[in-house]
Amino acid sequence: MTKSALFKRIIHHFRCEWQLYLMIVPMIVWFLIWSYKPMTGLLIAFKNYRPIDGIVASKFVGLYNFKQLIFGTAYSTMFWGAFRNTFLISIYGLVFGFPFPIILALLLGEVSHNFFRKISQTILYLPHFLSEVTITGLVITLLYHGADQTGILARIFYDLNLIEPGLKVIETAKYFRPMYIITGLWKEAGYNSIVYYAAIMGISPVLYEALRVDGGNKLQEIRYVTFPGMAPTLTIMLVIRIGGMLAVGYERIILLYNASTYSTADVISTFVYRIGLEGSYMSLAGAADFFNTLIGFILVIGANFISRRVSSTSLW
Amino acid sequence: MDRLSRSDIIFKIVAYLLISALVVVALYPLIYAFSASISGRAAYETGRVVLLPVDLDFQVYKILFARNGFWISYTNTLFYTVFGTIWSMVISATGAYALSKRKLLFRRQFNFFVVFTMWFSAGMIPSYLNYMGMGVNTRWGIIVAFGVQAFNIILLRNYFESVPKEIEEAARIDGASEFQTFTHIYLPMSTAAIATVTLFYATSRWNGYFWASILLQSANEKPLQVFLRTEIMTYRTLIENMVIDNLTFAPDSYAYAILVCSILPILIVYPYIQKYFARGVNLGGVKG
Repeated sequence: MTKSALFKRIIHHFRCEWQLYLMIVPMIVWFLIWSYKPMTGLLIAFKNYRPIDGIVASKFVGLYNFKQLIFGTAYSTMFWGAFRNTFLISIYGLVFGFPFPIILALLLGEVSHNFFRKISQTILYLPHFLSEVTITGLVITLLYHGADQTGILARIFYDLNLIEPGLKVIETAKYFRPMYIITGLWKEAGYNSIVYYAAIMGISPVLYEALRVDGGNKLQEIRYVTFPGMAPTLTIMLVIRIGGMLAVGYERIILLYNASTYSTADVISTFVYRIGLEGSYMSLAGAADFFNTLIGFILVIGANFISRRVSSTSLW
Repeated sequence: MDRLSRSDIIFKIVAYLLISALVVVALYPLIYAFSASISGRAAYETGRVVLLPVDLDFQVYKILFARNGFWISYTNTLFYTVFGTIWSMVISATGAYALSKRKLLFRRQFNFFVVFTMWFSAGMIPSYLNYMGMGVNTRWGIIVAFGVQAFNIILLRNYFESVPKEIEEAARIDGASEFQTFTHIYLPMSTAAIATVTLFYATSRWNGYFWASILLQSANEKPLQVFLRTEIMTYRTLIENMVIDNLTFAPDSYAYAILVCSILPILIVYPYIQKYFARGVNLGGVKG
């Protein structure tokens, strides 16, 4: 095909299909303005940002902000603390948050009474749809411990000796991570089990029958049929989990933490929020933000690469 | 299965028991919040409210409904939810439709353009500066600048791709334009996916807190979640300072009452849409 013929065909294509392109334009423009344009703003990490100058015109300072963040200033102690907490909270989140929905799905798969199962699923998925403000509001009120009043959960915990008498859960650093993880499980475990439940339901009953004929028991059934059957889903979900590991739910942390729990609760994104949006050290916060985004991106790429190597499933 | 071995039966019993326990755990805080909000002061403070309300008392709702800012924030949230969801749906559905068409030039690149935003985002500070620069500090700003999510677009696109081509071809032969095909064939045939994504967008609008609390300046524009948060953090002094003769509810009841007001609308809509989303989540798959 000659060049002009190709050109003509393209013109013809657009003339026939202009409606299709008209339909994609709003979405493209939206992402350009609200997702891609701010990405250029990551430049702030290398600038000495002054609001009057804007990001582009502010003075370029190279890696100065990163040096401030990493070596021996007041901020670097906070930053490394936040870095450690991000890592720990992510690991705990993965260790508890990943298997729990799978176990839940396995259990739901055993419930053969249709009505009971449907009602249970409906209730277990519900907390996912409640807002972080509502959930944390509940947590704060249920765990409140004051001179005149004590929330019912706090009272139960004191009675069961699960928390030390006199310690206020909300204001005690060592209780923050369990509180955060359990709150997350309460909110998301049911909802996250949907994917696994669907995977289990998708396994052919013939496979179970075959195992039965061979005299297999329940545990062997799970080991040799159910798990292999949901392997692709497991891999993909694990990749997503690891990829999004550093994207700790900062909204929930901001709503749950306070000055007395910073030492265990402060993660990089809440650190960014505090020094950037509350304290207006924009460039320093931008540098920490940049760091966070970069590591997150590397994790996504890395997790995907590994999953492509290990199994044939990948995200793209 | 006809014959159940002993291990099967044990496993089943364990499953039923554990699921029942988890259902109780999931539901308890919500029931308790409701009960505590309508229990009398003495009953609450002496710890007699454990599951069901004791000494019914509705004074707290009277006070809450008369509270400055409650109805304003409630109406604001309704506004954000309705218009925000419409805005997000229009952009997502049209975009997803175009992405689902093989004849779209640069389809792969467009897909990548959308999916990339799921894995890489600008971060809080650049986003904040962008919002400030674009003047996102009003009601309409919040509607326009938020809510379009790549995941939902991919979900819709996958669903549109599964609509049989023959129906579309028949419509095109009858002279339907691209746009008519979209509104008259694809939308009616994709109600499950549309309902799911609408639900996702609506809940994220209803629940939206963080950016609204940072960006919105005027108290008249703040959504329910922002109001809720402020009240939760300050209600003890608030109730103390209220001059109410014969306070018949415990201060905590006030917090629980606001929480109930934020949960209730979701609880009312939830049963109707519940049947869609379980299917919808799996429809989306994860492939970009």
